[in-house]
Amino acid sequence: MASTATLRKPASGFRISRKMLPYVLSLPALLVCIGILIPFFTAVIYSFQRYRLSQPWARQFNWGENYLNFFTDPAFWNTLKVSLLYAGITVTLELLLGLGIALLLQRRSTVNNFISIMLLLPLMIAPALAALMWKLMTNPSFGILSYLASLIGLHDFRWASSPSTALLTVVLVDIWVYTPFIMILLLAGLRSLPTQPFEAAALDGVPRTFVFFRITLPMLTPYILTATLFRLLDSIQQFDIIYAMTQGGPGNTLTVFQVEAYLNFFQSTNVGRSAALMVILWAITYFLSNIFIKNWLRLRERARGEA
Amino acid sequence: METTSTLEKTLRLIALTLVVIFFMFPIFWIFLMSFQTNETILAIPPSVIFTPTLSNYAALITGKLTTAAGTLDIAFMRNLGNSIFLSVTSVALALVLGVPAAYAFARHKFKGSEDIAFTLLSFRFAPPLLVLLPLTQYFQWLGLSDTYFGLIWVYQLICLPLILWIVRGYFEDISADVEYAYRIAGHSWFATFRKIALPLAGPGIAAAGLLAFIFAWNNFVFALVLASADKQPVTVGALAFVTSSGIQYGQIASAIVLSVTPTLALALYAQRYLVEGLSLGAVKG
Repeated sequence: MASTATLRKPASGFRISRKMLPYVLSLPALLVCIGILIPFFTAVIYSFQRYRLSQPWARQFNWGENYLNFFTDPAFWNTLKVSLLYAGITVTLELLLGLGIALLLQRRSTVNNFISIMLLLPLMIAPALAALMWKLMTNPSFGILSYLASLIGLHDFRWASSPSTALLTVVLVDIWVYTPFIMILLLAGLRSLPTQPFEAAALDGVPRTFVFFRITLPMLTPYILTATLFRLLDSIQQFDIIYAMTQGGPGNTLTVFQVEAYLNFFQSTNVGRSAALMVILWAITYFLSNIFIKNWLRLRERARGEA
Repeated sequence: METTSTLEKTLRLIALTLVVIFFMFPIFWIFLMSFQTNETILAIPPSVIFTPTLSNYAALITGKLTTAAGTLDIAFMRNLGNSIFLSVTSVALALVLGVPAAYAFARHKFKGSEDIAFTLLSFRFAPPLLVLLPLTQYFQWLGLSDTYFGLIWVYQLICLPLILWIVRGYFEDISADVEYAYRIAGHSWFATFRKIALPLAGPGIAAAGLLAFIFAWNNFVFALVLASADKQPVTVGALAFVTSSGIQYGQIASAIVLSVTPTLALALYAQRYLVEGLSLGAVKG
């Protein structure tokens, strides 16, 4: 009885609410996030100001001075260098390692599935806590890794507390935490590839290196790109591992963008410089994320299409 | 199909063993350390043979650490409570806000819908400190700096994009025809959403919620910048604990074990959904 009424002629009020419905549904989520856009613009404004928390009276617009100063500021070039180095090294090594492990685990078997689940555990540990775990293991007086290093003749190997090995140590922690991320995406990619090309190649006796470089890799490329860009976006902003491990030290060895901005804000109370650093990092990630999102969308369409 | 020589099998086995050791050993070692006293921890060479003790956990749970120098108060259980409260409420709020929005994005291609969805997604990739540093000042002006509410609001930046994009995928996987049939039978939009769409997407929503919980729990920088001492979650609290307790290595290890157990347990429980969640719905596991 009610159904015939609605079918015959929907009331006009119903029509309006139907048109408005999606907006009404998504509005609350949007409002919550819009609050975040305000501090974003504030940060941009700060980056054009001379603004030190220690000298609030001297606060004024200096326009591009914070940015112009970067050109002659060795600390800035160090930040840029360390950030790019960190992101470059971690993502390259994680990609190679993750691809290798995914290939090892490609065949579906109970053992392989079990191992792939176990390997996910480091990824589920908070990066800051993972850094603490490695800090305990690399402690000079009792750390198991320091002990192992001494066994192979590296006495007094200082890991994160020496400028020459600090980068290596945090990279190691990053690899431990994030390789599973690349591994699990590539494993899912590998297992979703169609089997016919591989069967045909095997029948024809095509060499396996040829199969890998000419069939597997090209077909896996969208997955590799998505995983790499995902990691690159996170890695260039790495804060947790580096801050928990060394707080950017020793000296300025590991003052990547976010760590440097944090220290600028809270230690040297130089809000203007801190904001300018963050705006530059934002510009880099914005550029990367635009490439990323295109790729990710294509992959997502495909994943949804297969469902 | 595959022709594998014995040599290749052996090499594969060796490679896999090395991989498993590298990724599992730290967890295993810290777990062992959490049952040791400082004496056995500091012994050289390190040994896996020792008499296990629960004293580290006891000290953390009672909040009192008795050392030769006197008694030390540990706020770790408070941190653990904060982590649970912050993560649970953030995810609950994100579900209430995110699931209807995800449904709207999946079912209605309305004007600006893709733009809005992408704006929400872009929060996932922006450097957090860019907004966090000015936010410390806004929090002071608004009186939010010493509240859970402020933190829960900011945690939406982690939880909402995740829930929105994963749950949207699950709604898109449900055929709209079932919903049309129910609508034509005269049921309201809300009844259709509640009785048809929600139950069908249920497992996906639960998985997205679990993942959002893990990410909220593991977050460090938001709370480091914005949380006052008594509102800190375990990630920040554990670091402060290292600085204050100095050489209580056994307690640090057991604090880490207690802090990571919930996320590891949830991850094992929800592992079927991890691939899809980690790639925000781009890769199906």
